[in-house]
Amino acid sequence: MADAPREVWITGIGIVSCLGEGGDSHWQKLMEGNPSGDASLFPPFIVHPIAPINFDTQIPKKGDQRQMDSWQRIGTYAAGLALDSAGVKGNPDILSRMDMIVAAGGGERDLNVDSTILTGTPHAANPAAFLNEKLMGDLRPTLFLAQLSNLLAGNISIVHGVTGSSRTFMGEESSGVDAVRIALSRIAAGQSDIALVGGAHNGERPYQLMLYEFAGNCLKEPFKPVWERDASGGGFALASLGAFLVIEAREHAEKRAAKPLARLAAVLSDRSNRKPGAATATLSRLWDKIKDKVKSGHAAVLSGASGAKAATAEERAFLEAQVLEANGDLAVRATGSYLGHGMEPQFPMNLALAVVALGQGRLFPPSDASGLEKPMSAPLDQVVVTGVGHWRGEGLALVERVG
Amino acid sequence: MASERGGSGLDKFGRPVVVVTGLGVVTSLGAGKADNWAKLTGGQSGIRAITRFPTDGLKTRIAGTIDFLAPQSSTAALAESYADLVAEEAIAESGIGSPGNFPGPLFLAVPPIEIEWTQRIEVSSRSGSNDKTTYPDLMRVAPQFPDYHHRFLFGSVADHLAEKFGTQGSPISLSTACASGASAIHLGVEAIRRGETDAALCIGTDGSVNPEALVRFSLLSALSTSNDNPQTASRPFSKNRDGFVMAEGAGALVLESYNAAVARGARIIGVLEGCGEMTDAFHRTRSSPDGKPIIGCIASAIKDAGLTPDDIDYVNAHGTSTPENDKMEYLGVSTVLGERAKIVPISSNKSMIGHTLSAAGAVEAVFSLLTLNNQRIPPTINHDIPDPAILMDVVPNKARDARVTHAISNSFGFGGQNVSLVLGLEPA
Repeated sequence: MADAPREVWITGIGIVSCLGEGGDSHWQKLMEGNPSGDASLFPPFIVHPIAPINFDTQIPKKGDQRQMDSWQRIGTYAAGLALDSAGVKGNPDILSRMDMIVAAGGGERDLNVDSTILTGTPHAANPAAFLNEKLMGDLRPTLFLAQLSNLLAGNISIVHGVTGSSRTFMGEESSGVDAVRIALSRIAAGQSDIALVGGAHNGERPYQLMLYEFAGNCLKEPFKPVWERDASGGGFALASLGAFLVIEAREHAEKRAAKPLARLAAVLSDRSNRKPGAATATLSRLWDKIKDKVKSGHAAVLSGASGAKAATAEERAFLEAQVLEANGDLAVRATGSYLGHGMEPQFPMNLALAVVALGQGRLFPPSDASGLEKPMSAPLDQVVVTGVGHWRGEGLALVERVG
Repeated sequence: MASERGGSGLDKFGRPVVVVTGLGVVTSLGAGKADNWAKLTGGQSGIRAITRFPTDGLKTRIAGTIDFLAPQSSTAALAESYADLVAEEAIAESGIGSPGNFPGPLFLAVPPIEIEWTQRIEVSSRSGSNDKTTYPDLMRVAPQFPDYHHRFLFGSVADHLAEKFGTQGSPISLSTACASGASAIHLGVEAIRRGETDAALCIGTDGSVNPEALVRFSLLSALSTSNDNPQTASRPFSKNRDGFVMAEGAGALVLESYNAAVARGARIIGVLEGCGEMTDAFHRTRSSPDGKPIIGCIASAIKDAGLTPDDIDYVNAHGTSTPENDKMEYLGVSTVLGERAKIVPISSNKSMIGHTLSAAGAVEAVFSLLTLNNQRIPPTINHDIPDPAILMDVVPNKARDARVTHAISNSFGFGGQNVSLVLGLEPA
């Protein structure tokens, strides 16, 4: 363990969101500009629905698809894309020792059963007995398997054969940051050679909107890009998206002649109690650990800012005070303006988009009337990715071009 | 092992030796190690009729609920209160850090956290909807319940613990279904072995006995329906076993590097010698019929400990009392231990405390360490009709003194999750 940490490469990405599937489709939409959301599903709330997907191409058995709910299908699909991208799909030798960390929230509910119970309870002679009767009689037995957080990982094992190890982290945005951080730490320390890490989220669920609307967090019409929401009270638009990365030790990749898409140079996380200024201070401490590696002029920030008022204001304060001017007007882009906010997989998604931008060698145009996002025309060699939870959790990563 | 451990504090693979310096536990039997151990070795059952909510119309009406602590209004709040209690006990025993400042990260196994029927109905009635009630009605009044936001976030339990006990860094909430507690320990062991930290607080907690969670397991036909005799409902390895009994509880372990523990003069309770894990891709709820993932999991834990199967002298079984689990666990254990499987004692704590789900791996690791410390094996109770297909010494019905140097604790869960831990005593 005293050996120097091993270099870790990203060798595969798999992404799906409202922008489509795969790196090219995402890049095209980001270059076009004009982010927007959809208020038609749950008016007046805005969400970012998943683009149409042909699940058959990654989940060939209909029986498997039926056993999953939407978030699991999105995730299993994105995981398949990542394995394809890394060139390890269907390679039992590698998949059987591939480690997996999935960032997941809760599963799906049966809206009709919930509505029946809520509607009937006030009229029931014995409300508790009515609840028991409806749950016993109306719930689909296999629904539980679509609800368990670890069953996205379970489905990835079954469909794609990833069986080295399987862990599921929970805890909203932080779980996505920590999933990648721990997968990276294990590989760097020689505890693992190759890992599949990421997650999925279905934002088109009214009970999820309710959960975040308890704190008044959900963005209502009219749509605005992330940095422009502060004056009208802030808020995030829930997103459906899936994002997985294959990361591996450089020597492991070279041995199998896999091409690096990027180097995962650092992933850092912490937790502040979110008293005013605490998140800004925590981000600054994390930044101190990587800032010497960042080269002005060829670096940019992909921000995971959600639009949640306090969290986004603290991140903006951090970027303005520590990062942007101090590094020759470093460019920043909030991908959440385009993608919406997908909670657990948001950070892995932004790492994947960093890989896409590094592959293109440049950054996409700004989309922010508040003035934080500035144009950047220089070639892109490094991307700092931020992930600040709407309630808790601060994360930073550094992704670099290889060679 | 002993010689390798010696002065260097490294194991034979050159990694920091991971020791346990604090334990905490709560189950339906009681709070704290002393009470639990007395009842566990006394062969007492904590399973009883559910009184927390009406059970009219339910197929299963029994559970291992914790009824002696203050009631809470959700699984999240119950899990948090149990975790609080065991963290307090474990940290106090270890004497590590200072109040509110634990010098290492938190790894927490938690059950699914979600808004429950009590709150859903409360919000619904505030909505004033007269006709068909749907979620848009609830969303309209949701901002009137600001506390429900963070209460029902997955990260809320870990956040509370991190704030209260002052653990370092981002707290990890995790699930590997019924192996979660063991995975929390596994992650702590890995972090110490990487040299990232000298200590870790590993907790498994569960308070899922609510109507919907009970129904979910019930609909999968996983639960015992022996409602008339709750105390004999959990019958691991018996021929007439008919499912597991849902239960609540929490277990906490303070892990430290051997060198850090010795440097501060801590009492070493035991050694976390090895961890094994192997995923089963066969089915969402059933094990691969050939048992290969379970076999691989147990074997890799023993190998990770630098031991051989011959060194194992006690198995703390997952032993859920479902027909499937106990059969497959027997296949796994007997394949790895070979002929010795007939003589190595194996017992299931779940015969007394039921299945504490996300907490089980941590609770049972605590009991395995108490077994090592006391050189006494808790029994598998309710073992009146042995399963003739399971040829193991399950320590039937009565605790027994025995020489135990290396114990293995198994945890298996839905989604193909298998984790085994090897625990031992500090060498003299």
